[in-house]
Amino acid sequence: MEFITNNLLPLILFTPLLGLLAVMLVPKERVGHVAFLFSLIPLALALVLWTGYDFAEGGFQYVVNARWYPSVNAGFHLGVDGLSVPMVLLTNLLVPLCILASVKVDRIRGFMALFFILQTGTLGVFLALDLLLFFAFYEVGLVPMYFLINQWGSPKGKRELSRGRVMSARQYASFKFMIYTMAAGLGLLLAIQLMGITQGTFSLPELYETWPTTEATFLNFASASTVKTVAFWAFFVAFAIKVPLFPFHTWLPDAHTEAPTAGSMILAGVLLKLGAYGFLRLVIPLFPEQAGEAAPIIAFLGMLSIVLAAYSAYGQTDFKRLVAYSSVNHMGFVVLGLAVVAWAAGGNAVDPTTAAIAGSGAVIQMFNHGLSAAAMFFLVGVVYERAHTRNLEELGGGIWQYAPIYGGLLIFSSMASLGLPGLNGFVGEFAIVRGAWPVFTLMTALSMLGLLMTGAYVLKGIRKVLHGPINPHWADHNMEINAREVVVMAPLVVLMLIIGVWPMSIAKIINAAIVSIFG
Amino acid sequence: MNLTLLTWLIPVPPLISFLLIVLVVNRSKALSHTVALTSVIISWIMSWIVAFSAIAQGHHYNEHPIHDHVHWLPTGDTFLNMGVAVDNLSAVLLVFVPLCIVAIFLYSVGYSNFGKHLDDHDLPGSPPHHGIEPLYSRFFAYLSLFAGAMLTLVVADNMLLMFMGWEVMGLCSYLLIGFWYGREYDNPKQTPPRIAAIKAFMTTRVADVFMLLGIAYLYAEAGTLNFRDIFFNEDLMYTLTHEPAVIGAFTIAQLIGLLIFIGTVGKSAQFPLHVWLPDAMEGPTPVSAMIHAAAMVSAGIYSTLRVFPLISNGGGHGANLTMDIITFIGAFTALFGATIAVAQYDVKKVLAYSTISQLGFMVAAIGMSAYVAATFHLMTHAFFKALLFMGSGSIIHGVEHGMHDVHEHIDPQDMRNMGGLRHKMPTTFWTFLIGGFALSGFPFVTAGFWSKDEILGDAWYNGHYIVFTVLCIAAFLTAFYTMRQISLTFFGKPRTESAAHAHENVWTITLPLVVLSFFAIFAGFVGVHAKFPVLGELFGKNPFGHWVELALPEAMIPAHFPFDWFPVIMSIVVGVGGLTLGYLIYGRNPMQSADDVDPVKRLLGPIWTMLENKYYVDEFYYAAFIKPAHWIGETLTFKIIDRGIIDGVIHFVASFFWKAGEGSAAVEQVAIDAPPDRMADGVRWTGDAMKYVQTGRIQNYLMYTVIAIAAIGLMFGFLLA
Repeated sequence: MEFITNNLLPLILFTPLLGLLAVMLVPKERVGHVAFLFSLIPLALALVLWTGYDFAEGGFQYVVNARWYPSVNAGFHLGVDGLSVPMVLLTNLLVPLCILASVKVDRIRGFMALFFILQTGTLGVFLALDLLLFFAFYEVGLVPMYFLINQWGSPKGKRELSRGRVMSARQYASFKFMIYTMAAGLGLLLAIQLMGITQGTFSLPELYETWPTTEATFLNFASASTVKTVAFWAFFVAFAIKVPLFPFHTWLPDAHTEAPTAGSMILAGVLLKLGAYGFLRLVIPLFPEQAGEAAPIIAFLGMLSIVLAAYSAYGQTDFKRLVAYSSVNHMGFVVLGLAVVAWAAGGNAVDPTTAAIAGSGAVIQMFNHGLSAAAMFFLVGVVYERAHTRNLEELGGGIWQYAPIYGGLLIFSSMASLGLPGLNGFVGEFAIVRGAWPVFTLMTALSMLGLLMTGAYVLKGIRKVLHGPINPHWADHNMEINAREVVVMAPLVVLMLIIGVWPMSIAKIINAAIVSIFG
Repeated sequence: MNLTLLTWLIPVPPLISFLLIVLVVNRSKALSHTVALTSVIISWIMSWIVAFSAIAQGHHYNEHPIHDHVHWLPTGDTFLNMGVAVDNLSAVLLVFVPLCIVAIFLYSVGYSNFGKHLDDHDLPGSPPHHGIEPLYSRFFAYLSLFAGAMLTLVVADNMLLMFMGWEVMGLCSYLLIGFWYGREYDNPKQTPPRIAAIKAFMTTRVADVFMLLGIAYLYAEAGTLNFRDIFFNEDLMYTLTHEPAVIGAFTIAQLIGLLIFIGTVGKSAQFPLHVWLPDAMEGPTPVSAMIHAAAMVSAGIYSTLRVFPLISNGGGHGANLTMDIITFIGAFTALFGATIAVAQYDVKKVLAYSTISQLGFMVAAIGMSAYVAATFHLMTHAFFKALLFMGSGSIIHGVEHGMHDVHEHIDPQDMRNMGGLRHKMPTTFWTFLIGGFALSGFPFVTAGFWSKDEILGDAWYNGHYIVFTVLCIAAFLTAFYTMRQISLTFFGKPRTESAAHAHENVWTITLPLVVLSFFAIFAGFVGVHAKFPVLGELFGKNPFGHWVELALPEAMIPAHFPFDWFPVIMSIVVGVGGLTLGYLIYGRNPMQSADDVDPVKRLLGPIWTMLENKYYVDEFYYAAFIKPAHWIGETLTFKIIDRGIIDGVIHFVASFFWKAGEGSAAVEQVAIDAPPDRMADGVRWTGDAMKYVQTGRIQNYLMYTVIAIAAIGLMFGFLLA
């Protein structure tokens, strides 16, 4: 036990690779179950972390700092605070569910192997306290996702490019995802190098102290403020793409729509959080001044994400794309909350309660969106697996009669996603609206249009799938959700309800982190 | 007994009932309704214990009301608290809301044909023909959640918990209106339930997002959402009522009040967001009673009453745009709804528009600072409107029985297909008559008279003469359309075979009607004006008014108005006059056949058509808001902005790189790849040339072999030679 607590973070980080090893060795028909069992190990460790983290004390805990790359002074530096603990928990909770959701995929060995690599890459980002390490893991997560979309994505579907060229939708989507994230990574890497060279370290706790106030110039031709501004925008664009923020969001509907069910779940559930996490962990603490200046722009883009994505979601005929756009819409609220934190960090006069509410609201929303988006993508996958179409017109409604339990779960998840009070989605949204109102009043008011349209697209989805006269087309399909799938949904449903009714369960730790970082 | 704990527990049983039915007992229909009914009866008992204990404490209660809270959300160094409280206002709701809910639950048992066999032709998601409702258990699950949410809203001590109950009720109304989600009509103009459900949810959501802003604004300015902590904090109230808001024409309190009032406009179906309510009639009738009388629309009025200290600007005088807007919307809606109700044929739609109109009375009363009168009318209206809705359900049910017996296919809700039901359904008739007279404000013996008179008296005394006139006209129309409804359904001779074969319903349906009739008469006497000759003294000098007004901080309690005969006479004249005119037109010469033209239609002509079509508001909204939303979503944001502009730029950039890639590939070809490529070309050329050799014919191969052997022989020969 002591061994576990002493090495908790490296264990969390690398136990998924144990799973990778396991799925390589066992017979093919066992891969699914073995992968699921091994994915429970990181989850158990994450629960140890959740209960073990002392949030009354706050700050980085379970810190590990080993030599890694001494020639550039980069270390294997891990640590967690109240921001990363919920994200680690979310990741390790969703991975077993994703694996359970995909025990029937073909070429399962490769699929599961990629999933475990993806998990390690994602966890690395949440755990890293060294910029170079952060970046390395950031890129590690990218590659498996590319292959998951490219190889296991929906086989049908064409995407029309300009001038009548047509290519396979999943090729297009995986390529777009790759290029976008690589482009984001490029600026990020250069900015990280810039900071490393001028400061002589990549350690985040050190950079928190030195970088915001540094007067260091770069090669004697760029002033400190220029350097910082350039680095800020490089960081900004990188994470804005990842969130994704309007107008960098168009990769998302393609990637999420074409990815396999589990891929969409983990993409929406966790990978998008990397962007928002990057803002909270790096952008705002390292560039408070620049972030403060950019805050109105961030709020504006957040508002556009909320409103435009909500309308776009409403305009979809593909159920999965509708859910994909809803991610952009929900993450827009996260960004609106971040904008308030940025504004406060920039030294503008903000009531500390307001900033704290907005900040914790954003993190709560990240967590909650992880749950509800994963649930929604899973449920789309369930109906797709049976009907072999995601087109709302082809589904044609009238399915609830065949699938009462599925219908109940779909309505429940839709309502969580819609932000119904009493379920998890509302907590974050309310906190963000409350936090943003005194600072960005107009943007908050305009975002309400997005909140309104959220209702419209969510209800559209329900109506087009469930409602309507009993649909004879599906009479000989078994549309009802099966027991394994209910097991996938159960933890999500329970968490959505608990957090909605009793948000203190996660908000305590998040609030403590926000106060200690930005307070 | 620990009243605080009891208050916490009031909303819990129905919520547990919801979970129990959904997760455990849903396979047994009897168990489902037993769980549901038991849960609301427990809540009812607890509510009455709490409410009457509070009332028993009399005038000192509000000094130490029941309240308790817990930390709910950490906000920096502070917490957002959630809790329960019972003040003088919520005590009133605790008296009538649970009672109506229990009545509705009991009624639902009979209404959903409990005790009959499941008809094999009935599908889930469609109304049952003659057997038990296929989704019987689900219906009680939804109703339970609805009840739990409503009771949460009533006992909430803060704006956010209230909003949570409010929204969950919105969800329930969506689920219940769309309960028959599979229903389809032959007539494309008729809204199917699933569309009506979305309409209700979205229309109220328009209002709710404003309300959410109002709550956020209030929270930001006050630092708390607890009602008592805000309204009884004089310094805070002074700031809120004196500082200008972000929009200059308002003080902070007024703007917050207006934003929250917009929520009421949606929930209580006030103009211009009234459009969802008539279509909400697509739900099963107990739902209509629940939404339109006992719970949801009452919640709307209740929320505005809650924030009365804000909207009335701390009870202050002077310019108050918020109050003017509220008065205008209320009075306008009262008249607007009443005019439409005159021209409806659907027995439930008449009541739907009547509800809109009556809620307008309450809203107008709030706008005129008639706090007590609004609360009073809220209570009496809940009783008699729940009664009327359930009565109409009983009528429809009776006609449906008739339809089933004679195999006739008619619209069982169309009053033109009824007539003469007085003798067929006596209990329904007498209770409906009581409810209808209460709604019309029949003098002295009905509850509706006293509460409506209170509103008119207040308007008269405070010099709102225009509002007074408008409300009088609306009250006159109310009495008129009520008598039209009673006459068309109950008087004359049956106009269809179905009506002729209709018969009275089971006791689970009629008992709630009888109970509510009692309250539709006697609930009014608690609020008779203290100075009303004889009766004021007899009924204890308006105990209701003296109790409710103490919900407000002392400085904000509106002045009592003296007794005046003129508004009383006016309300008698319009009530009795409307009833008489209605009887003269529809009762004395009843329609003979279902195809007869309505006598008033002949009189009004095109105006009638306009009323029948509800002033074309739905059509206008469709053209102005819904169609553009489709276009924005499908075309503007998706096709033009995302696919066109953003992806277009990306593809353009990509194609540039593509070209650059092709260019560099060309360079590589000449400079680097050429020599190996040429070699490769050579190999390929050879292969190409040689492929003709392989024809696949045995004789060719044999020939090649012969040639080859000959050639080899020749070579050997040559070499050896």
